[in-house]
Formats: sequence, structure tokens, C-alpha cells
Amino acid sequence: MEKEITLETMSEEYFDVLKELGNIGAGNATTALAQLLNCKVDMQVPQVRLLDFKELGAAIGGEERLVAGIYLGVEGDITGHIMFFLEKGSARHLVSKLMGMELAGEEFSEMEISALKEIGNIITGAYLNSLATITNMMIYPSVPDICIDMAGAILSVPAIEFGAIGDKILMIQTRFLDDTDLEGYFILVPDLESYGKILRSLGMA
Amino acid sequence: MSEIIKVGMADLNVCVAPNGITTLGLGSCVGIALRDPVTKIGGLAHIMLPDSTSIRNNTNIPKFADTGIEELVKQVVAKGASRSRLVAKIAGGAQMFAFQTKSDMVRVGERNVEASKKKLRELKIPILAEDTGKNYGRTVIFYPETGDFIIRAVGRAESVI
Repeated sequence: MEKEITLETMSEEYFDVLKELGNIGAGNATTALAQLLNCKVDMQVPQVRLLDFKELGAAIGGEERLVAGIYLGVEGDITGHIMFFLEKGSARHLVSKLMGMELAGEEFSEMEISALKEIGNIITGAYLNSLATITNMMIYPSVPDICIDMAGAILSVPAIEFGAIGDKILMIQTRFLDDTDLEGYFILVPDLESYGKILRSLGMA
Repeated sequence: MSEIIKVGMADLNVCVAPNGITTLGLGSCVGIALRDPVTKIGGLAHIMLPDSTSIRNNTNIPKFADTGIEELVKQVVAKGASRSRLVAKIAGGAQMFAFQTKSDMVRVGERNVEASKKKLRELKIPILAEDTGKNYGRTVIFYPETGDFIIRAVGRAESVI
């Protein structure tokens, strides 16, 4: 039987590989975002962090911060989920930019929600594409779902999935800059066996 | 001055009146508040998963409904609460996303609520009130002084159960 690789037992070297995949994915996502919005988008070097559940709230600037979370299933050679979330104000900024108009009111309309889903789709798609290219694996995203609520509540969903296999969560924080400062986070939740597959595909395990 | 003790995800703590105890942004996780109405000693657990026995890596006691509730009972009793007088209130267990593809993770919120209730029943701790399920996040604050369990959600009026 092949040895299972988990975030807890993973060597520094493996962790660095996952970090690098995260960096490349976030870079690709930034390019996709720039193309979508048809403007220049800069990205700061993403921070990849392995966190205890208890630290999660502080790491994202508070559990009660309002965020928009876009969540997709991942199928193909690896399985799991990917989440992209960003602060609600940043989400509104992106949607208004995409739709080319100021948004009325505080809440998202149905149309704006669809636009936000599409942004999430493109960003996560670009992220997964780079992962697929590097690892030479087939990776298909499912239809995205969206939720706007407290960060803690939204993050409980991927956290619970990480929780089923360990006590840590791997999070990639990306700061995008167009004319405003946008902070986005990626969380890729591969199923237990998928870690091994990713690393083996790179000749690591 | 009383203070508010903060409980994180997969975490628990005890609380003595007049202090309060809180956990922020409960999604599919469940918050379980215990209280001895006489000594006014209480506690709060923030569990993530229903069952420690169905998972191999299960050493994180506060992560699971079964082991988390047991541990919370142990800690409030150690603090001076009476085991036989304990009562409970629970909140959380929402389904944040309408569709979640991975089959065993579907309805995890609901399963967390069920598992919490089952454990409390086993321990013969009555559940006085609950605010569970639905599709939104909740911040909870519990005061062992009065037993008030305050629930806040985005775009909704604050409620006390």
C-alpha cells in the first residue's frame, strides 16, 4: 500500500512544492482576472500558510468580516474542492468593474451574483489549469456555488473538509492591485489520496 | 468588569459568571453551550465534525461532537458545576453552500447538529433551546449568569434563545 501523505506528516520539501504550485496558480489567476477586466492587475507574492483551525479567524482579518466565497468541486485525476474568497467590498468592486457600472445599494442583485460567480469561475479555473498543466493531470472544476456571509462561517466548509483528514488548513493569500487593493484567498482542498498523486506526478513521491 | 472569553474553531473553554463566552462565525460547525444554573458556571464548545470514531486521525478532542461535548462536561464539572444540573443550548449547523458535491460532506451541518443532540441525550443533559440549520452563519455569545444565548447573523435581528 502506498503511504498516505498528509499535511501533518508532509516533509518541508513537499510543502515547498505545494507552496510553489499555489504561487503559480495564483499568478495565472491574476492574469485571467486582468484579461477579464481588461486592465492591468498586479499581484504581490502570495503568502502560503499552513494554519491550525484556531488561528484561521485571525489570519483572515476576523471571523465576522463579510466575504464572498466561491466554492467548486474538483474532479478528474485528483478530487476535492477549491474555494476562492474575497472581502465583500472587493467583490463589489470587481463586479462593478466587470459590468461597467456602479452598483446600487449594499446587496448584490441576482445579475451581480451571476457576474461574481463568473469571476470566481474564471479565477479558480485559471488556478486549476496551471495545476493541471504542471502535473500533467486532468482536472475538471464543477459548477460554482456562491455564498456571502461571515468569513468564519464560509471557511467552516473547507475547514471541515481539512478537518476530516487532519488538524491543519492550507491557505494561499493573494493581494491583487488594480486601481484599488483587493485581497483574495485560495483554498485548495484535495482529498487525502490526491496529495500523493500531485507529488508523484511531479516525481516527488 | 466582566470579560468575554473567545473560543476558536475546534476549541472549547469554560466560563464563570459574570463573564461571557463567545465563538464567531459558526457555519456548518455547531456551538454547544452548557450551564449549571445554580453555580452559574458554564462553557462553550465549537465542534466541526460529528463523530470521532469514523475518522482515523481523531486526537483533536474539541473537533468532534462526541469527544468535544464529553470534554466540555468534564471541564465545567472540574470548575465546580454540578454534573446533574447541567443544561444545554445549541446553535449553528448551517449548510452554507446550496450544493456540496462530495457525498459524505453533504449535510455536515445537519449531521453535526444530530450528533450533538445524540451526545447530549446520552449524557442526559436537557437541551433548553436551539437555533440550528438554515443557510447562514451565526456568531454566538453565552452568559452563564442568565443562561442567555445571544445569536447574531448578517442582515437579521439579534435573537436571544
